[in-house]
Amino acid sequence: MQLSRYWKRDIVILLVAAFVVAWANGDLEGLLGIPGWQSYTVRIINMCAINTVLALSLNLVNGFTGQFSLGHAGFMALGAYTTALLTMSAAAKDRVFFMTPLVEPLRKLTLPFLPSLILAGLVAGVFSLVVGVPALRLRGDYLGIATLGFAEIIRLVIQNARSVTNGALGLKGIPPVVNLWWTLGAAVLCYLMLKNLISSSYGRAFKSIRENEIAAQAMGIDLFKHKLLAFFISSFWAGVGGGLLASLLTTIDPVQFKFPLTFQVLLMVVLGGMGSLSGSVISATIVTYLMEFLRVVEETHYLGSITIPGVPGLRMVIFSLTLVLVVVWYPKGLMGDRELSAEGLKQLLARFRKAIRLKGESSS
Amino acid sequence: MQLSMFFQHLANAVSLGSLYALVAIGYTMVYGILRLINFAHGDLLMVAAYIVYYGRGMFHLPWPVSIVLAVALTSGTGIIVERAAYRPLRNSPRTTILISAIGVSFLVENLGLVVFGGRPQSFPLPAMFDSGSAKEIAGVRVENITFVIPAVTLLLLLALLHIVHRTKVGMAMRAVARDFDTAGLMGIDVNRIIAVTFAIGSALAAVGGIMWAMKFPQINPLMGMMPGMKCFIAAVFGGIGNILGAVIGGFLLGVAEIMIVAFLPSISGYRDAFAFVILIGTLLLRPTGLLGEKVAEKV
Repeated sequence: MQLSRYWKRDIVILLVAAFVVAWANGDLEGLLGIPGWQSYTVRIINMCAINTVLALSLNLVNGFTGQFSLGHAGFMALGAYTTALLTMSAAAKDRVFFMTPLVEPLRKLTLPFLPSLILAGLVAGVFSLVVGVPALRLRGDYLGIATLGFAEIIRLVIQNARSVTNGALGLKGIPPVVNLWWTLGAAVLCYLMLKNLISSSYGRAFKSIRENEIAAQAMGIDLFKHKLLAFFISSFWAGVGGGLLASLLTTIDPVQFKFPLTFQVLLMVVLGGMGSLSGSVISATIVTYLMEFLRVVEETHYLGSITIPGVPGLRMVIFSLTLVLVVVWYPKGLMGDRELSAEGLKQLLARFRKAIRLKGESSS
Repeated sequence: MQLSMFFQHLANAVSLGSLYALVAIGYTMVYGILRLINFAHGDLLMVAAYIVYYGRGMFHLPWPVSIVLAVALTSGTGIIVERAAYRPLRNSPRTTILISAIGVSFLVENLGLVVFGGRPQSFPLPAMFDSGSAKEIAGVRVENITFVIPAVTLLLLLALLHIVHRTKVGMAMRAVARDFDTAGLMGIDVNRIIAVTFAIGSALAAVGGIMWAMKFPQINPLMGMMPGMKCFIAAVFGGIGNILGAVIGGFLLGVAEIMIVAFLPSISGYRDAFAFVILIGTLLLRPTGLLGEKVAEKV
């Protein structure tokens, strides 16, 4: 078995990773006197990890199962509000709900972060079944627009149910529990779970549904059950991602969860490659980093007497243009449906070396 | 509810419904031919409104000139979008084209934000439509635009039906919508017909956008998002691919939206959700819409 062959290597990798996370997170400061990384850097890594969870989960439905869902933001909203309402203290809730008091059992209820996060995922998952049972009968673009509609309905309910969600005012003062352990842990757990799922018989069923529904059905695959399962798991992780986001941002409001949020996650999935987990990880990291890095173009710069005016909104122009260009010229995205692996990298490197050698021979 | 109140709502409902109908036609035409939800269609409303806004405000063009210019430029935008983002993907899976359409929609919106600025602008109104022009008819205050919108929609609908059913281009459009490949084999220049379809649809969206701005004279770069979505829903509701269906769907959606808010003010916060409920209901109960024909699934 591979596990026994590589377990020493795996343990070393794990230990090194844990050490780096502890270092970045600032856990070594008390112990060894090594300061943690800059809070801005840590925040970007947190965002990368959360976006990885979101991109991976959307990829399961859109990329692997071939069901084009545009409802991610709705499930994220459910997760974010669940986490926020369960982790906020009674005092914090009373401060925020000054217009309409919060309904009773929730007002006093405060849970630790982990159960709140799991419940957030489950709430999103249960709602995904409510949405999925009618919507997953549809196909292609109709499914997309129907899930988009459901997400918008969820958002509008959140916006209007003042006694539970505080309506358009949103929630403030959500305990900032998350750190790198939470976000990276969720990302790793999500990756491992989806990786195992994809290589199981369920995963093969998902892919066969993507390739050809009628053929899959003819092979005895229960289309509806599998689609619903993929949708449930995807929404569960969307809820967890939303919960992490709520705790990272400490404020949430319904406007955040409009369609552009889904678009951002979709962008990551498409750029990374529909049907590639490692593609999603890479592109979520790159896109998140670029989102921060490109803030430069939106800010006004003063170089001595010269003023370069910032252009607000230019980042999204760049990203949407990239999406269109990638879809038109390179529809497979970064990874297509392949995965990144040590063996694959070695082969690529060998091919690269060979090419250089051949080039050297031909020129000499 | 007083009778005059009811008529007030009815007048609003009819003009909103006509606007929806006008924009829904563009969706239904494109879907009929390409089987594509042209997400960017709604944003063309915004493009047209801003062209008129700048034409009037910055270049002081007369009304007719700025309207014609807006319609022409928006039409051109539609053709460019088709040429750049949809034509290269003609043989790709449908979801790929859909992603491209979503990307184009966000591109247009964010370009709007960059070029026009995010702050809402107040749309200039011609003298005949400004707030002083409202007429009192049997206790109902009706603005002139409320009469103009249905009239223009009806006129354009008749013109469009003439084009589609009485001209050679229209016949070619129907042929392409029926069967893409065979139409090509019959000597129809499919790409040209699709471009013409986008031009006509976008021109209608432009007229819709200008009238939208006259009815709700606050324009911003994201103004086309919601109407666009709703008009697509109207097209699905009426039976996608069917022009008359789009008109009926748009009309019913507008009337239903206003009337539900009028009669049940307690759920007015859910106004935007209502269209999506109609969409989901339609797709589940009668996926072909009100006037759509049943299409057999090809294996």
